[in-house]
Amino acid sequence: MQLSINGETYAVEELDVRTSLLDLLRERLGLTGSKKGCDHGQCGACTVLVNGRRINSCLTLAVMHEGDEITTIEGLGTPEALHPLQAAFVKHDGYQCGYCTPGQICSAVGMLDEVRRGWASHVTDDVADAPQLDDAEIRERMSGNICRCSAYPNIVDAIREVAQA
Amino acid sequence: MKAFEYNRAASVEDAVAGAAAPGARFIAGGTNLLDLMKLQVMTPETLVDISRLPLDQVEHLVDAETRIGALVPNSDLAANPLIRQHYTVLSKALLAGASGQLRNKASTGGNLLQRTRCYYFYDPSMACNKREPGTGCSAQQGFNRILAILGTSEHCIATHPSDMAVAMRALDAVIHTLRPDGSERAIPIADFYRLPGDTPHIETVLEQGELITTITLPPPPPGVQLYRKVRDRASYAFALVSVAAVIDVQEGRIAGASLAFGGLAHMPWRDPQVEAALIGQAPSPALFDAAADALLEGARGYGHNDFKIPLARRTLAAVLRQAVEMHA
Repeated sequence: MQLSINGETYAVEELDVRTSLLDLLRERLGLTGSKKGCDHGQCGACTVLVNGRRINSCLTLAVMHEGDEITTIEGLGTPEALHPLQAAFVKHDGYQCGYCTPGQICSAVGMLDEVRRGWASHVTDDVADAPQLDDAEIRERMSGNICRCSAYPNIVDAIREVAQA
Repeated sequence: MKAFEYNRAASVEDAVAGAAAPGARFIAGGTNLLDLMKLQVMTPETLVDISRLPLDQVEHLVDAETRIGALVPNSDLAANPLIRQHYTVLSKALLAGASGQLRNKASTGGNLLQRTRCYYFYDPSMACNKREPGTGCSAQQGFNRILAILGTSEHCIATHPSDMAVAMRALDAVIHTLRPDGSERAIPIADFYRLPGDTPHIETVLEQGELITTITLPPPPPGVQLYRKVRDRASYAFALVSVAAVIDVQEGRIAGASLAFGGLAHMPWRDPQVEAALIGQAPSPALFDAAADALLEGARGYGHNDFKIPLARRTLAAVLRQAVEMHA
């Protein structure tokens, strides 16, 4: 099976079909940026982008993703050239331990694209209208990413700054 | 996770043929199924991957029904301009459920088939008639605050966890399927789910290998559409009580009422007596109370979830009040 991750093609041999996308990334391919928190889709630490959409990589089978374009935190930026959200998280101190951060950032990338496409959220007054991304919208849309250090105010600051740039 | 055989279906016909044998399951988004497989609550022998089948379109036939492919992701359905404008209760219900990541993956058909979030169903070390028929129900004497107050049986007090299905119940959705013998059928959502009775492990009328292909919605009913969800935290939590409502007020009287409830029963709950109590009447607190009386006539709490009875009453009244105010 071949997988396209961060623009590179990976050939994967003898894959146990039970392998989650997250376990494939971390245990087989050495892409350990995506984190395993709960392994049940509750914490968001494993969030990656598949064809530009954010998903929980722990709750999907790797074998189902042949031909998809997968982007992990390693594919968003490098230490020398940070993605704008990575730079904003550093600037605003959007973490303490950092374990949830790759998932937070991948989720925020997907979330901002959803806003650009005009998707409403649970806190949008009229779901037929295009949303205005205020802090309540950011918090609602990021509720699938838990931060046990509770760096939420700074995470919201970082995302707001990138959204307004 | 137990080992299983994985097959990717090339067509809907291929899918139903491949899932005809007991032990086979379809996988689409997989967000609920894989969660349960990791816990060995579900142990399919074969997974038939339907995620690449061409069932991902929303089509609107003018002045007629709207057709939703079973593989339309929850987020895409919520964001669809037609759904946002004409079936707002469905958009609102979808957006009230799960997280952005899960909605991007979860399918429309899979959402209908979500399993209960009862703690005892999720824990293979506990007795559960739904997970293992005949073992008993740990929930009735256990931590049952999230569980059902309507339509329960001595064998099961589980709730159906979906928000989307509650809205579809209020909108009279029809579920279209294909069976392994090639026959198709259209199942009104009112007939799709089963109460637990003495077979809580059988949750819908679907047969082995029967595939949901499309969900249709009749033309949007007149009136305002609301979805109110009461839960333990403001986002990303299952409903304790939810109400999907389509309410039409004409000349000071309720001309149309369609009300479905989540968090109360083994299925999205709808009671014609509640709607009959409202239709033709002038809105008032006493009327809303009478509607709640009709809804909760057979309600029974199991200790921790007793609060759901007054909560359902207040939530229904709040939704009706809001609907009437929106007409004013």
